[in-house]
Amino acid sequence: MNKKWYAQPYILWSILFVVVPLLLVVYFGFTTKTADGSMVFSLENFQKFFTPAYLEVFLRSLWYAFISTVVCLLLGYPAAMVLSNRNLKSQGTMVLLLVIPMWMNLLLRTYAWLTLLENEGLINQFLRFIHVLGEGESIQFLYHDGAVVFGMVYNFLPFMILPIYSVMTKLDQSVVEAAEDLGANWWHVFRRVRLPLSIPGVMSGITMVFVPAVTTFAISAILGGNKVTLLGNLIERQFGQMNNWNFGSAISLVLMVIILLSMGFMSSYEKENEGGGLL
Amino acid sequence: MIELKKRVLCLAAALCLAASLLLVGCEQKETIRVFNWGEFIAEGVLEDFEEETGIQVIYSEYNTNEDMYNKLKTTSYDVIVPSDYMVQQLIEEDMLAELNFDNIPNYQYIDPQFQNTPYDPENKYSVPYMWCTLGILYDSEKVAEPITSMTAMWDPQYEGRMFMMDSMRDTIGITMKMLGYSVNSEDQAELDAAQAKLIEQRPMLLGYVTDEIKDKLISGEAYLGLAYSGEAGKAMEEKESLAYCVPEEGTIFSIDTLCVPKNAQNKEGGEKFINFMHKPDIAARNAEEMLYGIANTEGKKLLPEEITSDESLYPSDEVMARSELMAVSKEINEKNEAVWQAVMSAN
Amino acid sequence: MKPKRNIAGKVYLFLIFLFLYAPIIILIIYSFNESKFRTWSGFSFKWYIELFSDTKIMAALYNTILVAVVASLLSTVMGTLAAIGIHGMKKWPKRLIMDVTYLPVLNPDIVTGVSLMLLFVFLSIPTGRLTLILAHMSFCIPYVILSVLPKLKQMNPNIYHAALDLGATPMRAMWKVVLPEIMPGVITGLLMSFTLSIDDFIVSFFTTGPGVENLSILIYNAARKGVNPSINALSALMFVVIMCLLLIINKRTKTNVDIMF
Repeated sequence: MNKKWYAQPYILWSILFVVVPLLLVVYFGFTTKTADGSMVFSLENFQKFFTPAYLEVFLRSLWYAFISTVVCLLLGYPAAMVLSNRNLKSQGTMVLLLVIPMWMNLLLRTYAWLTLLENEGLINQFLRFIHVLGEGESIQFLYHDGAVVFGMVYNFLPFMILPIYSVMTKLDQSVVEAAEDLGANWWHVFRRVRLPLSIPGVMSGITMVFVPAVTTFAISAILGGNKVTLLGNLIERQFGQMNNWNFGSAISLVLMVIILLSMGFMSSYEKENEGGGLL
Repeated sequence: MIELKKRVLCLAAALCLAASLLLVGCEQKETIRVFNWGEFIAEGVLEDFEEETGIQVIYSEYNTNEDMYNKLKTTSYDVIVPSDYMVQQLIEEDMLAELNFDNIPNYQYIDPQFQNTPYDPENKYSVPYMWCTLGILYDSEKVAEPITSMTAMWDPQYEGRMFMMDSMRDTIGITMKMLGYSVNSEDQAELDAAQAKLIEQRPMLLGYVTDEIKDKLISGEAYLGLAYSGEAGKAMEEKESLAYCVPEEGTIFSIDTLCVPKNAQNKEGGEKFINFMHKPDIAARNAEEMLYGIANTEGKKLLPEEITSDESLYPSDEVMARSELMAVSKEINEKNEAVWQAVMSAN
Repeated sequence: MKPKRNIAGKVYLFLIFLFLYAPIIILIIYSFNESKFRTWSGFSFKWYIELFSDTKIMAALYNTILVAVVASLLSTVMGTLAAIGIHGMKKWPKRLIMDVTYLPVLNPDIVTGVSLMLLFVFLSIPTGRLTLILAHMSFCIPYVILSVLPKLKQMNPNIYHAALDLGATPMRAMWKVVLPEIMPGVITGLLMSFTLSIDDFIVSFFTTGPGVENLSILIYNAARKGVNPSINALSALMFVVIMCLLLIINKRTKTNVDIMF
């Protein structure tokens, strides 16, 4: 199928709206603003970033994003399997039900969790009402890292389920049947057939969860009470409160490089497993 | 299926067409673009301005000075409302136009207390709009005794019921004041002391928020929190038991100003707008509805007694004398940032 | 054995849905709250009444929908074509262009936003609805490509050649054979684009112009001062409308939707 030219408009588009803007970010990352407002080349931003205070934020963000991705995968994979089950009635409706929450504004949905989870929130009030908690006691659901991971899982779970589901529905049923005819039990069919064939979906899912999770800042602001600083908060602060675009750009560049490296790792994984992988 | 596809394509084509038509707006009337803080103008004032002058207002809002600053780099506005330190920065970067005071005769009403400020010493670029103080908003039914000092925010009995402000300069600044230092200090030892204080306080806090503090106190989630007086006033209207105090150690106060950016397309229109905002009755309407401090002497006379005599909104001269405006410089910013970063990554 | 697993599966799905819908249910309940704040003070329709006289919310709603529809449709067309093209490419150009495709996905939204803002300044395009649409397209297209490519991979390439052998023009073979085969991916891409566009805040913030607000910007500006309950009312209404619309379409044209997914 030689249809390379189909991609031409997109290539032009990418150069103009992806490559050029990023070059501008690179320019900012490698310069600092002098007193008279002009830009001079400098590595100062990177030197500043590689000090313990900032590195810690960086590692913490990667770690939380990793945990969220694992939780999303553990919750999402079985859900995608149930959804893709041919015996399931009204499959289309179910998938729609999965997409609809995402059409409600993310900030609003996250604020709604506050009403449930606060110390004076509905869940704590309910627990007090049924005397699981004493008067004046409350479970602290919010304002710590657990709340931030919770928020990430809530927001990004559909992005894990959908690509896995999408790949699973396309799975060639005859392969499964062949395996079953050959006497494989459910577990064997899963381990040897379904799981390997669903890997492309899993890979897309992982990217779609991990990346926004590394860079989110609204979630840790709302549910974490800004007590947990993540990379997103750090970058946001540079472009906002600190008004230091140069440092903000430099942090983004480091982040980009790390993620691109892990991407390279993932596509080399793909090479070893023909037919799977990211692309 | 084919039917469906055709329909989708027709729809797409129609929408693209509609979109391109919408993008070509038409402008005939004289207009000005006003970029203001969210909820920072009394209801009906814009309409009154349009009616009186025939100038149409294109109005948009922002939440932080920095958001406004970023936006200003790409977009032209005729009136903006930066706070004191941002005025200084905008002047330094040559982004503000010198005002023509012939178009702003109402400048005569401006309280001399807010003239010749450090950020605009010659009053060339800015006209004060309203001012406010930073202080403690608290729930009087939940605290043992009325709060008067900043040290209450370090009191263990309120552990797990307090919020500081998610704003580097405000949180560090008010802590510096508590320790008896200047908000704008560059002395490393003084900043280190504030850093130690804030790290000590961190485990007792629920977190760091800005305007959400109103909501947190009204819902009963928190008992104490840092807030600006205008916001505090609005929260107090909603819940009887809330109270606000300006710490006796002195605090940060802030002046929001009306300015015309250099890239304005209708400078004269912008100046007319500024002038209109300082008609005494308009200034009073704004100050009364926003519960911010008024900078207009004639307007102040029109305000109800219960507002002007309220010490939480208009603190005593003594407390005001101990309070400071924030100043910005690269050094102060960097030193504060190091403190903030250390506090934020402490566990 | 099998029915049991089915029931367990359904229970599991139900729990997942409960998790996803809990805050939405709360949001709907609280849209009937008398008080402006989050403490319950009685049942009231007043926010629904105020909603329709609130020109700011109405304008923001219009902007949001307009931008989402235009950006997601254009993105789907361009992204699907691009995916087909990329699928046919040789190893290293494919790799290069995929790396570029991943950039907007991997980049923090704030960098995408700021970088595009810098570009619009550089090209002196006035910010407004146009720049909003362009910016949304730039982060939607990669998601379309990522949804369509797996489908192209799973597709048997022989069916395209078979169609050509049977006398179809390449165009016709593409339209009649390849497109239906990858349709689920295209629809997923469209849905994702629409969803991302409706939900986006950061990129919009940096790329919109004076007076052009979408719902997220409006909510962000309002939320910090306490959410205006009219916005809750609007979300509740939108939710009910979308829900009904989709469920009706789904009932009526059952087979079609099954093909889509």
